[in-house]
Order: sequence, then C-alpha cells, then structure tokens
Amino acid sequence: MTALPQTTAKKLGLVIDLDICVGCHACVINCKEWNTSNYGAPLSDQDAYGANPSGTFLNRIHTYEVKQPQKPAQTVHFPKSCLHCEDAPCVTVCPTGASYKRSEDGIVLVNESDCIGCGLCAWACPYGARELDAAEGVMKKCTLCVDRIYNENIPEIDREPACVRTCPANARHFGDFADPESDVSQMSAARGGMELMPEQGTKPVNRYLPPRPKADIHTDGDINILAPFLEPVADTPKGLLGWLDKALEAL
Amino acid sequence: MNHHQPDLDTSPEVSDEIRKTTCYMCACRCGINVHMKDGKVKYIEGNRDHPINKGVLCAKGSAGIMQHYSPARLRAPMKRVGERGEGKFEEISWDEAFDIAAKRLGPIREKAPHKLAFFTGRDQSQSLTSFWAQQFGTPNYAAHGGFCSVNMAAAGIYTMGGAFWEFGVPDWDRTKMFMIFGVAEDHDSNPIKMGLSKLKERGAKIVGVNPIRTGYNAIADEWVGITPGTDGLFVLAMIHVLLKAGKVDLDYLMRYTNAPMLVNMDETSNEFGLLLRDLQGQFMVQDRVTGKPAAFDKKGVKPVFSGEITYQGTKYTPVFQLMTEKYLSDDYAPEAVADRCGISAETIHRLAAELAHVAFEQEITIDQPWTDWKGEKHETMTGRPVSFHAMRGISAHSNGFQTCRAIHLLQIILGSVEVPGGYRFKPPYPKPVEGHPTPHSSTTPGGPLNGPHLGFTRGPEDLALNASGTPVRIDKAFTWENPMSSHGMMHMVISNAHAGDPYKIDTLFMYMANMSWNSSMNSRGVMDMLTDKDENGDYVIPNIIYSDAYSSEMVAFADLILPDTTYLERHDCISLLDRPISEADAICDSIRWPVVEPDRDVRGFQSALIQLGSKLGLPGFVNENGSAKYADYADYIVNHERRPGVGPLAGFRNKDGSGKGRGEPNPEQLNKYIENGGFWKDHIPDEALFYKPWNKAYQDWAVERGIFDKPSPYLFSIYVEPMQKFRLAAMGKGELQPPDHLRAQLIEAMDPLPVWWAPYEEQGIDCEEYPLHALTQRPAAMYHSWGSQNAWLRQIHGTNPLYVSGEVWTKHRFNEGDWAYVTSHHGKIKVPVVRMDALNPNTVWTWNAIGKRKGAWALDENAPEATKGFLLNHLIHELLPPKGDGLRWSNSDPITGQAAWYDLRVKIEKAPAEDGVSQPETPAQASPVGQGPKDIAYGGEF
Repeated sequence: MTALPQTTAKKLGLVIDLDICVGCHACVINCKEWNTSNYGAPLSDQDAYGANPSGTFLNRIHTYEVKQPQKPAQTVHFPKSCLHCEDAPCVTVCPTGASYKRSEDGIVLVNESDCIGCGLCAWACPYGARELDAAEGVMKKCTLCVDRIYNENIPEIDREPACVRTCPANARHFGDFADPESDVSQMSAARGGMELMPEQGTKPVNRYLPPRPKADIHTDGDINILAPFLEPVADTPKGLLGWLDKALEAL
Repeated sequence: MNHHQPDLDTSPEVSDEIRKTTCYMCACRCGINVHMKDGKVKYIEGNRDHPINKGVLCAKGSAGIMQHYSPARLRAPMKRVGERGEGKFEEISWDEAFDIAAKRLGPIREKAPHKLAFFTGRDQSQSLTSFWAQQFGTPNYAAHGGFCSVNMAAAGIYTMGGAFWEFGVPDWDRTKMFMIFGVAEDHDSNPIKMGLSKLKERGAKIVGVNPIRTGYNAIADEWVGITPGTDGLFVLAMIHVLLKAGKVDLDYLMRYTNAPMLVNMDETSNEFGLLLRDLQGQFMVQDRVTGKPAAFDKKGVKPVFSGEITYQGTKYTPVFQLMTEKYLSDDYAPEAVADRCGISAETIHRLAAELAHVAFEQEITIDQPWTDWKGEKHETMTGRPVSFHAMRGISAHSNGFQTCRAIHLLQIILGSVEVPGGYRFKPPYPKPVEGHPTPHSSTTPGGPLNGPHLGFTRGPEDLALNASGTPVRIDKAFTWENPMSSHGMMHMVISNAHAGDPYKIDTLFMYMANMSWNSSMNSRGVMDMLTDKDENGDYVIPNIIYSDAYSSEMVAFADLILPDTTYLERHDCISLLDRPISEADAICDSIRWPVVEPDRDVRGFQSALIQLGSKLGLPGFVNENGSAKYADYADYIVNHERRPGVGPLAGFRNKDGSGKGRGEPNPEQLNKYIENGGFWKDHIPDEALFYKPWNKAYQDWAVERGIFDKPSPYLFSIYVEPMQKFRLAAMGKGELQPPDHLRAQLIEAMDPLPVWWAPYEEQGIDCEEYPLHALTQRPAAMYHSWGSQNAWLRQIHGTNPLYVSGEVWTKHRFNEGDWAYVTSHHGKIKVPVVRMDALNPNTVWTWNAIGKRKGAWALDENAPEATKGFLLNHLIHELLPPKGDGLRWSNSDPITGQAAWYDLRVKIEKAPAEDGVSQPETPAQASPVGQGPKDIAYGGEF
C-alpha cells in the first residue's frame, strides 16, 4: 500500500468542455505522440499493421448517444484520461510505491523503475484511466505532461499539456483547481463543472463542463415567439411588389 | 508505505531543432513545427504563428510521424512484371523509368497528344500539373474536383465570384447565427473547429443541417436531420418565407447584385432571357425617376425592382420580380416541402424567422469609412451577422449545383456576403467568372494546347466539342450533358477510355488518385476495366503510369510506378495560383520543404514531372538550347513566372525580398519562407477588409499584389445569365445546337434562378423497393484511404459498420453483431450493422474509405479494414438505371457533371454472419513493400 500526500500545494488538472468537443481525437493522438517519446517508456502498439491492432493510449474518446423523450437523439463525445484524484485509489493500492501523487501539484504518476506491472492500480481505478504497456510491462497513465508544464526548454506559452495545446475546438483547459481565481476554477464554477462519478469518493480533480441544452425545439404546438416577425407584408406576388415599391422609395 | 517521490527531470531537452513546414495529412494545410532529434522526426505540433491553424493540430496531423515512417512507403520506381491488378513489380532506376515513360509519351505528343489522359487526385500542385499538361498538348487533363466538390466551387463562382471553404470563411469573430449544411467533420478541419469554438464562446447559435448527427452536428445548438438531397427545397422554402415577409436587404440587392437588371421576356427573341445592356455593354435598369432604361451605374440612377418595361419593342422584367414570382409559388411554401425534407413546416418558418431576426434586428456596424468602386464614400461598414457553410452533402447530389446556388441566394437576399458578421472571401477571391479563363481544348500535334484546360463556360461557344459535335475530351467535360463541368470529370475517364467513347487513348497517367478503389464509383467495374484485354490479348487501356507515395490499391493496376515522397521529404508550394490558404483579413501562401531527406529512391512527384517534361522537351520546361529549364520543383517554385513578376509564391519576391505579390524571382525566396515559419502573410488594409468585390481600396490593393492586372469590381449574379445561353440553344436558338435528347434536360437544369429537382437516381428507380438513402462521411481522424496504413489512426477507425436508424433497426429485427445485405439498383454488399438514433430515419451511412483491399497499404491480409471494412462504392454506378429510351444517362449533376454519389438509394435485409467477412471480397494484391512490422514502440530511441 502506498500513502497519498496529506495535502498538495496545487491541484493541477483539466477542464474538458463537452459542449464543444466534436470528438475529433486530436487530443488522443497528440498525447500519444508526445508521450511515446518523452516521460518513461514508449507507448507501444501490438500487431500494429495486423488483424488486431492494439496500443497504449493515455487518453481516449468515447462516443455516446443520449436519447431523451420527445427530442432527437444526441451524440456526446467524452474524452477520458486520468483525473488526478485527491483520494486516488490507484496510488493507495500500489504494492511497490511506484504509483504516487506529487505533493507540490497533485499530479498522479508512475515511477516506472519501481512498477512491477501487477495491474492492481488499473483494477482500482474506477475510470479505466490506466493502461499496462504490453511491450514494457509497466503501467502508463496521463502525466499531465509533467515534462512540458515546467519545461524550461520550451516557450512559456507551450508549457501546458499536449492535449490542451493541440485541441482545435479549445475544449480542453489546464490549471490549478486549488486556486479559486484560476481560469479553470472560474470556468468550472460558471458552467457547472462536474466531477466524474463522485459517489466513488475518489475526489477527482478534473472537471467536465456539461453540454449546454440544445435548442432542438419542436415547434409543433409551441408558440413561435418570432412568428410576428415574419408577418407577410402581402399575400400575393403582386401585393408584395407593391410593398417593394414603397420600400425602395424609402431607401 | 510512506509517501515517496522520486527526483524527476521536468525540463528534458525536447529536440535538437524545430523545422517549420506545412502539414499534408489532409487538404487543410496547417502549419506544423517538426521537432527533430538525432536527425529523426520526434514530435509534430501546430505552428502558433500560422494563419490556418494558429497552433492547434488534429489527430491526423499529430499522427504524421506514423505516416512518414509508414511501412507502405514505396521505395523505388517500379515496372509491372505480373498481370495488372496482381501487384507484382520489379524495382528499376529513375533513368529507366523516365526512358520507359518518354518512349511512350514522346511519339504520342508528336502524333496525337489527346491519347494521353493525365489526371491528378487530391494534390495541391494543380498550377504546375495543368501547366505541364498544357505544354504537352493533350486536352485530357483535370484534377479530382469532378467527384469532390465542383458543384460547390462552380455554383459559388457563377453566383458570387467565390464559394465555400478555400474561397471564403464565415466571419467567426462577429457572426451571431451560423448554419452549416452537409458537412461531416472535415473541409476544412481545424479552422471550422476553431470557428465553432469562437461561436460557442460568444453564444452565437449554430444550426447543423445534416442527416447524420456526428462531429460538428453533434455540438450544434440545433440539429436539422434533413432527408438527403432535399436541402435545396428546404432553403428555397426559407427564401419563400423571407420574401413573403419582406425580410430582404433591398439596399444590398440594389447596390451589389443583378436583382434590378432587366430580363428580355420575348420568347421569340434570340436574346430571350438575357439581360439588357447598352451599346457599351453595360447592364441597364429601369430608372425610378425617368421610368426609362439607363446604365445601372450611371450617377443618380435609382433602379425599379418590379413591373414590366418595353424598350425598342421588347418587353423586359427585372430579375427581382422573376425571382419573387418564382419563389412565392405555393410549391415552395414550408407546408408543401416539409414531408419531403423531413423537417416540420414550423421549423422551416422558425429558422427563417431567426435568420431574419439576427440579420435585420442585430445588425452590426464597424466605424470604418470606405469608398465603393463608383467613388461613393461610406462612413461605416454595416453587417448582417448570419453566415453559412456547406460542403459534400450539398455538392455530391445531382441537384447540387442549384442547391448550392440556393444557399448563396439566401445569403445574398439577407445581405450577408462580404459584410461584417457574414461570409467573407479570402484572396485571391472574390474573382468573378470574368476573371477566370474559358476552357481550352484545341490540340496541335507536337505543340502545346491553345490555353488552360479548365475554366468557366459563358455559353455554348465555350464547349469542348468537335465540329461534328462529338466531345473533345475523354471525360466528356464541357459538353451538352454537363456544360459547366469546370473541374473536369475524372470519375468518367476510366470507363470512357475502356469503352473507347469518345475515342481510345494510349496512356492513362495519374497521380495520387485511388481510382481502382475508393475514388471511383463502381470500384469492381473499374478494376475490370483496368485489367480488361482485347481480342489480341492486349490491355484495352494500353498503358498506365501512376505516381503515389504508398502501396495503395491503384498501384497494383499500373504498368509503371513513379514513387512519390512523404510530405516531410518534399518541396511544395500552396500557391495563390492554385488552392490558396489565405484568410479573410490577409493574403497568404506557404511551402513544404524537405525537413528530412528521403531514405529511399523516391522523388517528389512534381520534381519527377518537371524532369519528365524536360526529357520530352516540353516548352516551358526546356531552355532554347534544349537543356532542362528547372532542376526540380524547388527550382520551378522560385523561378517560374506565370505572368511577368507573378510566380508560384507571392512572398519575398525581388532580389531583396521586398516584393509582395509582384516582383522578379528571388533566389533566396525559399529560405525566406523557411525563416518565416514556412508561410507568408500580408494583411489587407482596414478600409479594404469588407465589401471586397465593390471596395475601391480592395480592388486597388489586389492589383498591387498581382491578384488582378486591373480593378475588377462586379455584381453578384442572382440570375446567372450564361445558364440561359445554354437554355436558348436547347430552345432551338443559335448556331450551336444540343442533341435532341438533351433539350428538355438543359431547359430544366440550366435555370438561371436556383431550382430544385429530385435526385436523378430516385427518379429512375422504385423508391418503395429502395427506401433508404445511403451516405458516407469522412471521419475527423482519417483522410481518404491514407489513414489505414497509420498504426495510430487505424486503432481509431479500423472498421466501418453501416449505421442504421432505430426505426430500421427495429423493423428488420437487427441485434448487436448482426450483418446485413445492402442492395442498390447496381450492386449488393454484405456489411456489419450498428444502431444509431441520432440519424435521419430513412438514412444509412458509413465512414468513407476505411475498407481496404487485401495486400494493400502494407497491412496484414486479415486486417479488419480488409475483412470487415467495406466500400459503398460497389453500390454506385457511373450511369443511371436505364430509362428505356436506349440512352445511357450519367449519374451526375447535369450542369457540372459532378458525380452524384450521395444520390444512392438502397434496401437492407438481414444477412447470415457466416465467416464475418464483408462482401464482395476482392482477391489480394501482392505487396511490393511487404508487410509492416508486428509490434512497434516509436520514440524509445529518444
């Protein structure tokens, strides 16, 4: 069993905006691309050109259909990666101390040299956010790009996770949830940012912004508030052209 | 165990060097930073300074490493040693490859240049390839626009001098209501996502019109799950409602469109339906004050929009009145079209009301004085903040041209084009039809063609017909069957060449076009045509030269392969002479350059083409002494001049790099681009940012930058007069006459005002037998066939089920894991099915080009792409079902010839799963590059 730090100075994490995520997988692939050649072992792919390709990813997008009565079905894209929980069960379950939560910023990491690939942490994670790399036999997970966010070899503006930097729809935001004034805290407060599965008691740091209500208005029977706006100016083409004449005169 | 943290290096060295070039994982052309480590590509990210993507990068772009190091890369030139289609090749040298090509092409050029058909796919070097084909002298050249989006491009150019996507962009920063028609998750990719995000931030409303609710439609505030092929009817119904309520921008229509122009109403006249002009050729309107016709731009003239006027014995009516009479017809009432469109009449009324409300009640004004081309000064710029975008779902129907015109008409009557908050053009657009060439097709053995192949016909005199009336071109573009086929008709080339109709060819030369697979209708038929032999045992299409970077399905059918490089190994220019990357606020172009050198015996296709051109002695590619004019594409990019001072790249011209748009070649130009991040950008002056077609400052600036040689203001064409010229011929007027069987079609289709007809396929079949519409969409994470060789992307889209609606699912008692037969009038396939409810109930669909032929793309023969993946192409035919008149009618738009592959109708029934393999099964092709490695772990070496 591995202990969690009592507190962390910062609570770094992501806000993921489900209202704008189009499910394009940009974050998925840029994450893989950055992380396969940076922190820890590469993210390998088995049977890469074969019948059952399968590789390690730290971030994946799941697509769901939401059906509601009297409304057209909706498609919702749901990107999922480690939520860097405050009470991370993946850490406490680790028999070697390889999984740990950083006291300075709350990032949950795997120290690969201590990881024996037993997979307990993946079982303990209720979100399915960890993947055992089949080539290296070590557990891989989102590092919040710990090798980017403090990296003095890259421009300051780029010191954010790869998934955030690459997202074309600006659906991903990075920051400190311990600071109520931070952009992510503010955004989450304003938009009703949600914890994922709070009943699990893991206290996830990441927040999801729910899709805004859709205006799939079924007007049948409803009052159309804009109806007066389209009041016909005339009922016949001739009448309309008469109106037109006056309108043109006024120009 | 107590809390324990290891020491961590949080500032590792990322790379040795960043090289900035242009992505080519799709046609978006984003700027990328390629991080190099130990001479290898380590990481690719978006370039923050780049005008297209401003730092972001999609899944495809981020997977570029896997494309660059793909095991499917071709290694050397090859000649075929087996039978066509088998995929058996022998690697040869470039010298031998050029010898083989030149020995074949040289004699063709001297005797019958039309026997070469040269067609290119999704490449971005059409300015070069068309120039090469012109110098060779064949009339048979085009790119892939004929099956991609020519309806979109041509309708936009004929109507308003620019179309969607590469021609313009919604004013993302100001628009308040945005409607997106028939767009899945591409075209263009990152800019739309970035734009939608801006709209969401500002609370602007997004309306997605698409039978399928994925991608952009999934996040739209309102989804309109329209029935495929009925968008034109839906839009015209909104126009009906708006006109009836007087919600049109009359001032805009009066100033900037041909709404007040006078149409000849005398059916006996040879100019029936044409617009009245004065002796100087200027359009005339009826002046409100004098009641008499006057030149439209004469000072003080206020035009009348209605009524009838007799001038020199002929009656004339303004365009606006014809438009009003047409669209006020009850046929276009929302109640009349609702069932057909699958949209309630209330919704149509409400959306029209919302558009009108935003356009007219929420207009925006920018304090920016400007002067119009007539010299009138305006203190402010006023905009109607509604904007639109449309793509494949509109263009790939047989009514696509007119549907696209209808969308433009809606934009125009709302006064929302080239205004703040509306739709804005990107230089070199706007550019009206008059700014484009007419098509040219006159050949001289041993000499160049008489002008550019592709262009915009103004009337029957511009058709590519022989004196006897037969088509000049192998694809039959620019004929009475499709008079405005401005992008050619690549999808007809192979079937026409095989049929020897209109004639036989010798060599089919293609680049980056997977014609034997996902880039053709009727893929099985095309494979048969490519391998068919005559009674002497010779191939019916005698010689096929193909260039590709990868071991695609088409490679197997070629006799000679010219291997291309990956996009990181090559020079390219994204040129203003071709497909620009400009923004509405700036003129831009960009380059690719070899950030890594090829490790194989391959050459960029454009360099190979230039070298072949020199070997053939083509004018423009050799000096007077016969020596090669350009060593390679890089040399051409820098030193070729299309007009004096105007070349492929607009930036850093002149020896000192000071030239913008114009200037003599600069030997340092490519280095300047590389220093600048791979692109060049020049802002449009503030007073020139809007009203570009009519803005004096813009027109003057465009001349300075070499876009035009003189100011070219013009009016938008609500009424497209050139269309009426073809109609007049169909009515029996004029020297050039269509064949009788096409007269009725021409009269209906070439309506100079937008009109709707039912998609042709459903007119010719029993819709009760084939009740479902079948579509394909391109996923955001894949581009055509290229993605499947990509170890990362194929884990996202390795199979493509057929998605069916809940209604269809229930009716056919499908269960999870089931298979189905899908049958059209032409073919039958067996595919896996998946339920999807966010879907028009009468539509089935799948992802595009995921299915692969066994043996292609260096994949295992049991790859899911080859076993479960499938193509709908097998169900689509290039011809319509026989009508019983003995004639063969093409499955395309009757105006542009655009392949109508979205018209497909099918029926579905449950099928036994059996071995779980989709049908038809195509036998494997041999792989000239072997198969990819079993396991990979990229990046471990860094």
